[in-house]
Amino acid sequence: MKLQLTDLSKSFDGHCVLDKVALTLDDVHTLVVIGPSGGGKSTLLRIMAGLEYPDAGTVAIDGESVKFDEVSLQRYRRTIGTVFQTFNLFPHLDALGNITLPLKKVHGYTSDEAADIARQILRRFHLEKHAHKRPAELSGGQRQRVAIARAVAIKPRLLLFDEPTSALDPEMTAEVLDLIGELRDEGRDLVLVTHAMGFARRIADQVALLAEGRIVEVGPVSQVFESPQTQQSRDFLARVLKY
Amino acid sequence: MNVKRLFFAPRDGGQTALSLAARVFNFILVGLLIALALYFSFQSLNYRWNWGAVYQYRQMFLDGWLTTIWISLVALGLSILIGLFFALGQRSRFLPLYCFSKFYVELIRGTPLLVQILIFFYIVASAIHLENRYVAGILILAIFSGAYITEIIRAGIESIGKSQLDSARAIGLTRLQTYRYVVLPQALRQTLPPLAGQFVSLIKDSSLLSIIAISEFTLNAQEVNSYTFSTLESYLPLAVGYLLLTLPISLWTRWLEKKMKYET
Repeated sequence: MKLQLTDLSKSFDGHCVLDKVALTLDDVHTLVVIGPSGGGKSTLLRIMAGLEYPDAGTVAIDGESVKFDEVSLQRYRRTIGTVFQTFNLFPHLDALGNITLPLKKVHGYTSDEAADIARQILRRFHLEKHAHKRPAELSGGQRQRVAIARAVAIKPRLLLFDEPTSALDPEMTAEVLDLIGELRDEGRDLVLVTHAMGFARRIADQVALLAEGRIVEVGPVSQVFESPQTQQSRDFLARVLKY
Repeated sequence: MNVKRLFFAPRDGGQTALSLAARVFNFILVGLLIALALYFSFQSLNYRWNWGAVYQYRQMFLDGWLTTIWISLVALGLSILIGLFFALGQRSRFLPLYCFSKFYVELIRGTPLLVQILIFFYIVASAIHLENRYVAGILILAIFSGAYITEIIRAGIESIGKSQLDSARAIGLTRLQTYRYVVLPQALRQTLPPLAGQFVSLIKDSSLLSIIAISEFTLNAQEVNSYTFSTLESYLPLAVGYLLLTLPISLWTRWLEKKMKYET
């Protein structure tokens, strides 16, 4: 996947969250975005997911520029799978219903086709026993995996994860990260915002460090973690890798 | 049997741990006490009961009761539609609709139903040449109840967290689809208890339609009173008749609330 961000800027209530963010990666499969809280990582991901309008700048994936008007964005969102930190699933639908809803109503599958696809994915993720459970009856890790299943079911060209494991305990974190690792091994393109540094090192091919709305450091994973170029990145990595 | 258990709920366990004996005993006890209080207060009035006269007019009571039932049902159906429309209108980006929705709610909730009935029937209905007082009565009752239902539904919709709307957008649902498949199924389920409460209010409020000579339950009881001069014997059945309608709904509301608690 070719990813290009030029001069991307976004402010909320006068507070500048992204400040002319620029990034060009010609062939990236797994981009991990790290950085201090409030640095703009979530906002960047939401813009890439088509959920926020940037104040200025462009986003281009595989050469296609994303048009930021509601009609084009609605079409764009169908091609992207997004998984948030919490509250991905709809509480009134069971796991199967959560996955089939976008398949039926957005992508036009019939009920039977959608149910087949959903069951296949649940089986792959070892969740078929939980297909008829509501989110309230699932553990945090299971919920996140169903959310990932929903994102994957629509066969997106890009998967976006916004701190998918930050709200989970270590054991559930591991089960979700295993799954993300498998998806990456399948060859899917991912952009992942995470604080799980060990995991980031393992699966990323490119890493970008976003702090105070600007890309402070970007490059191949080994370069960023072993020989960071700026003092800011060195400080951040030292703090984060301490424990 | 421990006498204390009959009168006091256990310290831990709360209401659900009450034994059946304690429940039955206390309901009978309280019922008896109230009946005794009523009996002695009527005794002191030296009132001559004249149930015979009122019994002659029992058909009027029945007709009035049935009229109240169907008026309330029709008005309820209409008011839910009205309430849904204005609840969505209050979230609309089309400003005239947004303003009109807010205006409607404040105006209707801020004025007495009695005044609204009078204005609607004697002014508005005449202006639009609506002569059927039953249609007019049902309409104004629906408009009145609709304003309260609007707020109930609006609260239900707003209780759906923003993160769910985000999720819905992220998977590509349009705004309309989000309302239909995500927001409304949850909001309506949560608003069922207060909606049932509003239905109880509607049934009681329908008694005010008597002032425009709609032959519902209250008006019929008033007429029986004017024929027989037996006030208590005319109005006590009136109260019982309304209770017969509202009590089942109240109990159903409580059952719904208990059911909702387990689901979240």
